[in-house]
Amino acid sequence: MVQKSDDDKMLALSKNLVMAVSGEAGDTTQFAEYIAKNIQLYKMRNGYELPPAAAVHFTRHTLATHLRSREPYFVNLLMGGVDPDTNKTELFYMDYLAASIPVKYYAFGYGGMFTLSVMDKEYTPDMNEKEAYELLKKCVAEIKRRFIINLPKFRVRIISKEGIKDMPHIVGEGEAA
Amino acid sequence: MARRYDSKTTIFSPEGRLYQVEYAMEAIGHAGTCLGILANDGIVLAAERRNTNKLLDDVFLSDKIYKIDEDMACCVAGITSDANVLTNELRAIAQRHTLQFGEPIPCEQLVMRLCDIKQAYTQYGGKRPFGVSILYMGWDTRHGYQLYQSDPSGNYSGWKATCIGNSSAAAVSILKQEYKVSETDLHQALLLALKVMSKTLDMTKLNAEKLELATLVRNDNKTEINVISVEEVKELIKEHEQKEAEAEAAKQDKQSGSGKSSDK
Repeated sequence: MVQKSDDDKMLALSKNLVMAVSGEAGDTTQFAEYIAKNIQLYKMRNGYELPPAAAVHFTRHTLATHLRSREPYFVNLLMGGVDPDTNKTELFYMDYLAASIPVKYYAFGYGGMFTLSVMDKEYTPDMNEKEAYELLKKCVAEIKRRFIINLPKFRVRIISKEGIKDMPHIVGEGEAA
Repeated sequence: MARRYDSKTTIFSPEGRLYQVEYAMEAIGHAGTCLGILANDGIVLAAERRNTNKLLDDVFLSDKIYKIDEDMACCVAGITSDANVLTNELRAIAQRHTLQFGEPIPCEQLVMRLCDIKQAYTQYGGKRPFGVSILYMGWDTRHGYQLYQSDPSGNYSGWKATCIGNSSAAAVSILKQEYKVSETDLHQALLLALKVMSKTLDMTKLNAEKLELATLVRNDNKTEINVISVEEVKELIKEHEQKEAEAEAAKQDKQSGSGKSSDK
């Protein structure tokens, strides 16, 4: 059973920066919106956007200060973006303990148990957009084949210098578990 | 009658003026001169040193030019104790930004934050405003080399070359004539600073002891802020005086030359 099939776990923080959040249901929206609005406020105040690395640092700092407070956020997230000035693509891992590292690929949640090994095997640093999309398809197929819970549809977005582009959803193929 | 409105910074006079703020600006008009010049490959700050008693012990490397963070320095004109409070605040603001965003604070943001504090003292609480004008030199990834000035009212502005303190108006008008936009390198900027200082300070001859010079340049992706040593300042003064003498000689040559042509 799937309760909602069109939920969007991603939130655009700026033209070239997206945050994908998983974790406690209310916390994810609340935290993501708080970060997004602060990043937009920074842009309004200063007339330019926060570079991805600085935005990640800000997010990590916020999460870390809340962690030891009376109301910590239980959120795991990935932030991916392109620095419009340097054209550098960046992906960051961050968990609910406010540990943050730059990564090439990652997957949170139960699905990660099956898909990380697929990406370990198939990922190459020189992949293009199409190859990366194909790799995601393999990951989804693996989930369909091995995971006991049915996760039928996956949303895919590409973040580039030009902005954020929606790709066709990936629907799991092959035989179910 | 004006006295009624003197005592409180937060009260307008009937003519719509804030006397305490104006007095603060006036106080800076008597302070030591500070000068800033933007060059293509760096920035120069120059300050007049007034306390040159030989019995005075050197407490700091320089008493008017302060380093704020890796990429910024400033020089102050006005009440030194007020300036110490503000430079402390500047350093704290810069470090808070680095803590929160993991990158050095952009220059204009820092100036803006400090000016918010300065402004607050012209509006709240019946305190006096800070009697300090500040020249900031800095570098950031977005706008490169930058020079800013802020005054006690909380106004700030960006400049290619400007001056605060004693006889700043005269200095600015010299700068306006002599500064070549986007054709000045750091060495030329240093010489120009000396030229302006020699013309505005009431000294017959420039004295290295009474000048403080600092430069900011980028080398190998790192900002270097240098307070120039007295020996180097002496060298620069020598070069400046030589150039002035040459210019003077050329001028006289021209005059006598034109004299001859009119004889013919």
